[in-house]
Amino acid sequence: MLGVIPFGLIYGALAVQLGVPASIAQAMSSVIFGGSSQFIAAPLLATATPAVIVVLTVFVVNLRHLLYSASIAPYLEKLSPLWKGILAYLLTDEVYAVSIAHFQKEGEGEHRHWFLLGAGLTLWIFWQVSTAAGIFVGAQVPPEWSLDFALPVTFIAIVVPMLKNRAYVIAAVVAGVGGVIAYGLPYKLGYLLAALVAIGVGMTVEWKRRSIYG
Amino acid sequence: MEATLYLWLTILACGIATYAVRLSFIAVHGRISVPDWFARALTFVPVAVLSAITLPEILFQNDALNLSPLNARIGAGILAAIVAWRTKNVWVTIVVGMVALWGILYFVK
Repeated sequence: MLGVIPFGLIYGALAVQLGVPASIAQAMSSVIFGGSSQFIAAPLLATATPAVIVVLTVFVVNLRHLLYSASIAPYLEKLSPLWKGILAYLLTDEVYAVSIAHFQKEGEGEHRHWFLLGAGLTLWIFWQVSTAAGIFVGAQVPPEWSLDFALPVTFIAIVVPMLKNRAYVIAAVVAGVGGVIAYGLPYKLGYLLAALVAIGVGMTVEWKRRSIYG
Repeated sequence: MEATLYLWLTILACGIATYAVRLSFIAVHGRISVPDWFARALTFVPVAVLSAITLPEILFQNDALNLSPLNARIGAGILAAIVAWRTKNVWVTIVVGMVALWGILYFVK
């Protein structure tokens, strides 16, 4: 959980360096509350990308939370709609990871939703405070420091360890090269188009691997 | 003021979209399920989207493709990728990447 603090710092600093107003950068941490999607939305917002594209990009990036929602739903089914509504808001990558591990270990527990609430609120506070600190620091750093490079370098740090087999490596290469080729497309549509093609290619490679080996 | 309002509405819509995804199965549990092919597609989403943003961020400067060896971001990016691959440590990777960029910029100037 403490691991999100440096991410919050970098996000806040990067967002203001790119030109996102401080109030918007901070609000994103509570309104969206999703690390990687905020990193991706910041440069889009700073370059006056149409709202539809920004929302679509954030939606696609956070679509993986569908799996978290499906996987954690059986543990929450007896709760009231209010509880479900609050816990869904807190269901980020980190909170999902610690909560599902706890639920699977503890099995049937009457009060297990309190664990998710506690983990979620803790992470939420860390995220807000580290964003604010990042915004404060980012506003002091001169542009000569090339802090905008923190965006690609952070993404490299996240993506490379995810490349667990050939299908993911090929998907990453196709997405990167595709992003470069499609860079000139209007409304920054190139990112999404390249990503969709890469997902298709990656799935095809994985499917062929499976049919050969398994 | 109008530009700021536009940003507020945009992030509000982003928040609603994200919240809807997280709430989806928690709200309708038992009535629908995720098809297997779709679940597998989702595992590729972070790698694909982040890569599609990363490479152009490194190779384009002021909207122009810069493949020159003097583009400090290329060398720093490659070094960061090697460090990420060897260490799998996010913080070491970010620090090495930033320091490499400053180092290359210092010598190239």
